[in-house]
Amino acid sequence: MLQVIGKRLALLVPTLLGLSVLLFLWVRNLPGGPATALLGDKATPEAVARINEAYGFNKPVIEQYMTYMGKLLTGDFGVSLRTGRPVLEEFATRFPATIELTAVALVFAIGLGIPLGYWAARNVGKWQDHFSVLLSLFGIVIPVFFLAFILKWVFAIQLPWFPTDGRQNPRIDATHVTDFYVLDGILTQEWDAAWDAFMHLVLPGIALGTIPLAIIVRITRASVLEVMNADYVRTARAKGLTAPLIRNRFILRNAMLPVTTTIGLQLGLLISGAVLTETVFAFNGIGRFLRDAIFNLDYPVLQGFIIFIALIYSLINLLVDVSYGFIDPRVRVQ
Amino acid sequence: MTPNGLPKRPSRRFAAITTSLAIGALVLSGCAESQRGDDGGTAGGGDAEVNSTFIFAASSDPASLDPAFASDGESFRVSRQIFEGLVGTEPGTADPAPLLAESWEASEDGLSYDFTLKEGVKFHDGTDFNAEAVCANFDRWYNFKGIQQAESVGYYYNSLFKGYADSPENAVYESCEATSGNQATIKLAKPFAGFIASLSLPAFAMQSPAAMEEFEADKIEGTAEAPVLSEYATAHPTGTGPFKFDSWDNGQQIELSYNEDYWGEKGQIDRLIFRVLDDPVARRQALEAGTIDGYDLVAPADTQALEDAGYKIMAREPFTILYLGINQAVEELADLKVRQAISYAIDKDALIRQTLPEGTEKAIQFIPPVVNGWTEDVEAYDFDPEKAKELLAEAGYPDGFTVDFNYPTGVSRPYMPTPEQIFTNISAQLADVGITANPQPDKWSPDYLDRIQGGANHGIHLLGWTGDYNDTDNFVGVFFGGTKPEFAFDNQELFDKLTEARGIAVLEEQTPLYEEINRDVSELVPAVPLAHPAPSLAFNERVDSFPTSPVNDEVFNDIKLNK
Repeated sequence: MLQVIGKRLALLVPTLLGLSVLLFLWVRNLPGGPATALLGDKATPEAVARINEAYGFNKPVIEQYMTYMGKLLTGDFGVSLRTGRPVLEEFATRFPATIELTAVALVFAIGLGIPLGYWAARNVGKWQDHFSVLLSLFGIVIPVFFLAFILKWVFAIQLPWFPTDGRQNPRIDATHVTDFYVLDGILTQEWDAAWDAFMHLVLPGIALGTIPLAIIVRITRASVLEVMNADYVRTARAKGLTAPLIRNRFILRNAMLPVTTTIGLQLGLLISGAVLTETVFAFNGIGRFLRDAIFNLDYPVLQGFIIFIALIYSLINLLVDVSYGFIDPRVRVQ
Repeated sequence: MTPNGLPKRPSRRFAAITTSLAIGALVLSGCAESQRGDDGGTAGGGDAEVNSTFIFAASSDPASLDPAFASDGESFRVSRQIFEGLVGTEPGTADPAPLLAESWEASEDGLSYDFTLKEGVKFHDGTDFNAEAVCANFDRWYNFKGIQQAESVGYYYNSLFKGYADSPENAVYESCEATSGNQATIKLAKPFAGFIASLSLPAFAMQSPAAMEEFEADKIEGTAEAPVLSEYATAHPTGTGPFKFDSWDNGQQIELSYNEDYWGEKGQIDRLIFRVLDDPVARRQALEAGTIDGYDLVAPADTQALEDAGYKIMAREPFTILYLGINQAVEELADLKVRQAISYAIDKDALIRQTLPEGTEKAIQFIPPVVNGWTEDVEAYDFDPEKAKELLAEAGYPDGFTVDFNYPTGVSRPYMPTPEQIFTNISAQLADVGITANPQPDKWSPDYLDRIQGGANHGIHLLGWTGDYNDTDNFVGVFFGGTKPEFAFDNQELFDKLTEARGIAVLEEQTPLYEEINRDVSELVPAVPLAHPAPSLAFNERVDSFPTSPVNDEVFNDIKLNK
């Protein structure tokens, strides 16, 4: 197992290296060059020269790349052009928010998706099945930002059950230790703050979790249907095992393999979904910051954030692969 | 083995995980302690107890908390709470009034000013505010170097005081001398009639010299286009104002708290939060949901609905101008008769009624009525479509003509809340006299401004201005002080008059000249003044009053709350 993990980690190196080259080339090939992209078409030659000097764009490409990599390896991702703060710091202060949001979205998607998919499969062809399939179709079809708007309008404005924006009601003077607001509330025993932070996560979490929910329902349904009629399930039934045991040990466990893969892939997509959801709910995570960076051509932020996200995405998928080992003993043996 | 022949699940694993999680949480909660005070969240505002936390929606983060290096409205809104200048404004007007300076006296030639300072005032770091601190601030601005001098960094000092210690030949400022603890004399190298009024700008607020030194306020890195802020400008702004800086959660909110040592009267707010909400719809929704207590620049379409729902709309006295710009590089528009025809073709009253907020005043010149030099004696071009058609025929366009009409999209400015609606309204009016508008929408920044101000590729267009302080040159001088691609308007006589007016040291002596200039402009029609829109704010019902100011000199300490 360790060998597998080691191999996968080693594979990360060329992946990230390739990505860094792509990002590096992208910035250097912005229309008119990075300085013009930064300054606009009206830039004076002096301003362009100043920027090129300051950022080293006037040096040979290889040298530029070496400097760039050297900085990356020492953790220097540059400074945001928009806010004037280090990219690493901007990422670090916002990442907990996005993790919280993604976690809620995932809990929502898995917690509802797997039971719903199983329920549909067990009642295949009946109304329960049609209902689940329709619901998941709806989840896939509806754009995230639109769903976010609707949820906000109905459940935060028309029915004031949830907050409209942000991560915490500023009227609650909450203490922040870890920047995971719900956790902070629990650790400091400021229960009102923890509850408030959680309430702020509900609507964006649902908006963000809907697409993965729909996909998980469909994959679970298909996968359970396939396993349900497998020989070993029939054998288990013939042996007279109880229904819950058959469900948990034989059907669900085997059906979970494709579902796990899907969840891993969805996790990466959640980050792109977070760009839209966080914007609608003015949720101060990396998604919203990334949007601002795109609008302002804040390329140090774009470069840095894309590398971070790629790294996280790769690590998550590594985790998913490792988790196969726990779900499916055959993988461990191989 | 269990009775069904299967190995027993290691439920111990589950137990181990939960136990270690629980232990982890306990250990962590040992380190984490609530930093809450037992403030109870209320303040005795005299008779009634009110909630002393006030939350206002900002449309963006401030660019910098060091106002000397800022020029945007959101930075200034925050700095007006933390800092005070020598000069403030009379409440509700743009006229200068004493603030940290109790009085001042100008020499006859307008080149020397003696300021008498308020005594017993302390900066938030406990150091004294005195004449030496005043001189330290002036000398700091004067000694700006490198990118500190860039327009995008030290904009206001650059544009009003022109030169620096390394370029004294252009400089308006000469020296500052602390003659006693509370007396400072500032000498100017050139007359500057707007000097006192300009000191009411937050960019010239008094900052603690000790704090600026400790947190290296002048250490600005990066480039002029992308400056990297100093530690002072991100985390340690130190002034004399009613609120002290607490924290800035970038992208989320800025928190200030009441300065217990404030020299002035204590208001009802102990904790002031500026929450960043960049979407105007989100701001309205946050007000309706109760997350915020108020926000600025309410869309005209929202005011009625909000008022009906019990929210309070408060309009500022207009200190703005919205105009229809005319680019004389376009052949038809170079003809004065055509420009006059456009002026006659526009029904400003209808435009204001249909597209601009309540409280908006009709404009007949390029300065609002409260500004020095405003006169009724200008060519007003009252709405007269028949006259417009006649003029067009005289100019050789009896059947009208087609012209590009540029307007920005997706933007709301204090003088132009909904450009798309204004465009639709005016183009319909122009169509009535035979002028066909060819719509040219562009994204506000950088496309629209670049297109209008950077080159000749535009026709008639919408633009405007919000005054910074009470100075005529800050309006007409900005628009018509020299030839610009925006108007391609060239009239050396007028340019000379504006230069002359700017150089006169005494306000009263400027008046006749500015009246003449306004008359000239109305006859030359380089653009059509449309309206002085009144930007308005919305608050929830617990706000009794808000100190609205035409120049946004609004200190939240003066807010009156009822619960």
